[in-house]
Amino acid sequence: MAVVFKKPSTLTDAPLHYCPGCTHGIIHRLVAEAIEELGVEGKTVGVASVGCSVMCYDYFSCDMVQAPHGRAQAVATGLKRARPENVIFTYQGDGDLAAIGTAETVHAATRGENITVIFVNNAIYGMTGGQMAPTSLPNQVTQTTPYGRDVNLAGYPVRVCEMLSTLDGVALAQRVTVDCVKNVNIAKKAIKKAFQNQIEGKGYSIVEVLSTCPTNWGMSPVDALDWLRENMIPYYPLGVFKDGTKGDRLK
Amino acid sequence: MARIIVDEKVCKGCSMCINACPKKIIALAKDRLNAKGYHPAQLIDEAACVGCAACATMCPDTAITVER
Repeated sequence: MAVVFKKPSTLTDAPLHYCPGCTHGIIHRLVAEAIEELGVEGKTVGVASVGCSVMCYDYFSCDMVQAPHGRAQAVATGLKRARPENVIFTYQGDGDLAAIGTAETVHAATRGENITVIFVNNAIYGMTGGQMAPTSLPNQVTQTTPYGRDVNLAGYPVRVCEMLSTLDGVALAQRVTVDCVKNVNIAKKAIKKAFQNQIEGKGYSIVEVLSTCPTNWGMSPVDALDWLRENMIPYYPLGVFKDGTKGDRLK
Repeated sequence: MARIIVDEKVCKGCSMCINACPKKIIALAKDRLNAKGYHPAQLIDEAACVGCAACATMCPDTAITVER
């Protein structure tokens, strides 16, 4: 018998600290597989964010930098400009990219920085115990919105991919999820393309991955996948919002 | 002829492989715990496994190796 599926060499042997069923693990594997398949492990530098994924420097075998909260794309900008031959990616959650790091995100995108951004959206602040995030859904119960998110008080969720797709610096803005095998395979293609775009110098590529947080959503990992399908996908439609090179205007 | 090998020390018993398996031949090993305190997933009917890797694709801890 031949091995048809195994852990990619670009992931280390360190066991993941994530909760059981947390889809961070799947997304880590997809990023690692993209790096492995493109053969760029030796020249890739990742930038970890703050949040549960703060520890991801332990899990990727390439070089990693840990950025202050929200500043991953500013750090990635510096890395890419100083070492343009390297492949630079950031791995950020929604509390990092869409809250404290909104300015860095929007401006890195509009400058058309030639970097790859992996944005993990689980509609909650996972690491700190499940508080409302900018991406929490209307009426979603969280630690800080026990009666559900009141849009009259807290406003509406941010659709990051749609927002960034209007910027001319963006090459790829795509939203995917990892709730089933088919969608994991679509997510893998999107992540690989985001890296390929950088290698070809096309500009800023962002892949938003809808993710689960079974612990803070208060449900089992399998139920969390169902909740994602029923609640998150209708609000955050999957698809490609921009696909081209920097300088292209959204039609 | 196919099979899966579960790295029991990293498995967290999340059951996402059980949910993904089209043949429904993966179950948690209720008779034992790993060092993390979870019941690890195991293949219960090796003859029925087709090696589709759906379980490994959905495993968040990359605990599953598939042979075919």
